[in-house]
Order: sequence, then C-alpha cells, then structure tokens
Amino acid sequence: MSEDARKFDPSKAIPFLAGRGHAGWLGLQYSDHGDDWVELELPWREDLLGEEGQRVLASGPILSLMDMASGMAIWRAMDDFSAIATLDLRVDYVRPAREGASVFGRSQCYRLTRSAAFVRGLAHDGDAGDPVAHIQAVFMKIAAAPRL
Amino acid sequence: MAQEIEALTPYARSLGITIESWEEGTPILSVPFDKMVEGRPEHYHGGATGGLLETAGYAALRAELGRQGRAAMLKPINITVQYLAAGKSRTSHAVGRVTKLGRRSANITVEAWQDERTRPIATAVMNVLMTDPDD
Repeated sequence: MSEDARKFDPSKAIPFLAGRGHAGWLGLQYSDHGDDWVELELPWREDLLGEEGQRVLASGPILSLMDMASGMAIWRAMDDFSAIATLDLRVDYVRPAREGASVFGRSQCYRLTRSAAFVRGLAHDGDAGDPVAHIQAVFMKIAAAPRL
Repeated sequence: MAQEIEALTPYARSLGITIESWEEGTPILSVPFDKMVEGRPEHYHGGATGGLLETAGYAALRAELGRQGRAAMLKPINITVQYLAAGKSRTSHAVGRVTKLGRRSANITVEAWQDERTRPIATAVMNVLMTDPDD
C-alpha cells in the first residue's frame, strides 16, 4: 500500500491523541513509524521518577508509553481508527533507563484477526539495540464479531 | 503502620494516587478520575490503570518488608496486566498481596476495582527484585 493511500498517519494523529488526557500529561511525542509499527517518545521529567533515592524513571510511564505505541501500531496495521481495548499487557524491565534521557517506545502489530490484535515491542533510551524493556500485548477490537 | 511505609513515588503522587485506607496492614490506594488518567473520552487510559496497579503492588511489598524489619531497594522485573472491564469516569481503587516473599525477589498479585470490589476492572502479577540499599 502506498503511503498516500493510508488513512491512519501516526505523525498526524499524535496531536489529537496525545494533546489531551493521560498521554498529554505524559507529554508523549511522535518519533517514527512503518507499515505495522509506531515509535513514540517520552521526554525525561523529574516528576515521573520511581523509588526515592534513585534517579530512575518509574516503570508506570513506560507501561503507558508502550500501551499507546501499541494501540497506534494496531491502527496503523489495520489502517483504521476504530475502537480497541487492551486485554493483556506484559512488560519485562531489563535495565533502568538512563537519567535525563528520553525513552522511546516502539511497538509492532505482527498479527491481526477479526477480533484480536497481537503486538510486541521494546522501549529504549537512544539505542534500540540496547533496550530498557520488552513488551507483549493483545488488544481486542471492541465492535468486532465475537470470534477469533 | 502508615508512617513506617515510605512515601509513594514522585510518579504516583504526580498522577494523583493516594493511600485511601489500610486493611490488615496493607494499604488500599485510590486515584480520582481526572484528565491525567483519561484515555478515550470518559474512560481510564490502560497505562494509568497499569500505573495504579503497579503502585499498589509496590506499596503492599514495602508494607510487608516494613513488618519484617527489612530494608531493600526495589527494582521492577516484570508486570503482566489483565484488563477485565473498562475503567469509567469515577475513582479507582487497588490493593496488592505479596504472594511470595523470597530473599531476592517477591511475587505480588494486585486487583483494581471501582464500584464493587468483587468485580475487578484489572488485575496484575508482578515480580520485583530486592537489593541491599547499601550496595
């Protein structure tokens, strides 16, 4: 499918999707995308730190970043902005993110069925070859027929 | 008991999470519905619900460590969240239970609910690494 024929453009959708609510509060920004994947950026913020005494980003914002990137990867793969809901999301935190660095969340929709969308992805702080987290998730299409 | 547990993380406070009450030494957390937690209009963002679950899991672990007089730095290993129902535009609550407390890691299960505690909107299982604070 050519770029022009696509209806869902993640770079154009971000001001609408992350201009308000939880994603807006986190300050999520567009970073990059492909045919079935989307990468978003979570800029460093002092008020998103985790454990006292450690200068490390909390794990909660990474979970939100990956949930949002995954949803957008699914809309991109479906090329349709229809209602979806997270069913199951697993995050493995393989190392702490560097102090002061943005965290990038990249998620790919590798399988779409009538009812479900399967995604996998990673979070990194500048080098996608050295991730801070890996994720797997399943989303359900809300209005779809109830069979897989 | 309440004063023995460390304060919530800057992230949790920033999101509006507070300790609502205590139940047999375990804190019950809550977060009011606000723009900061909103995903699709009038519903919780899955990430905000996940953040509440994770915070409740850490709070339950800190309370248990406090009871045992243990000091530890907590580091996340992983979390698996199950989303069971849409989080609607009202207060959400969450409480964790330390299912297994080992020397180096803990396994915690967490539930979040809104109106009825017996009808959770999301559950989570977490593994947390505990390291010596002097290391």
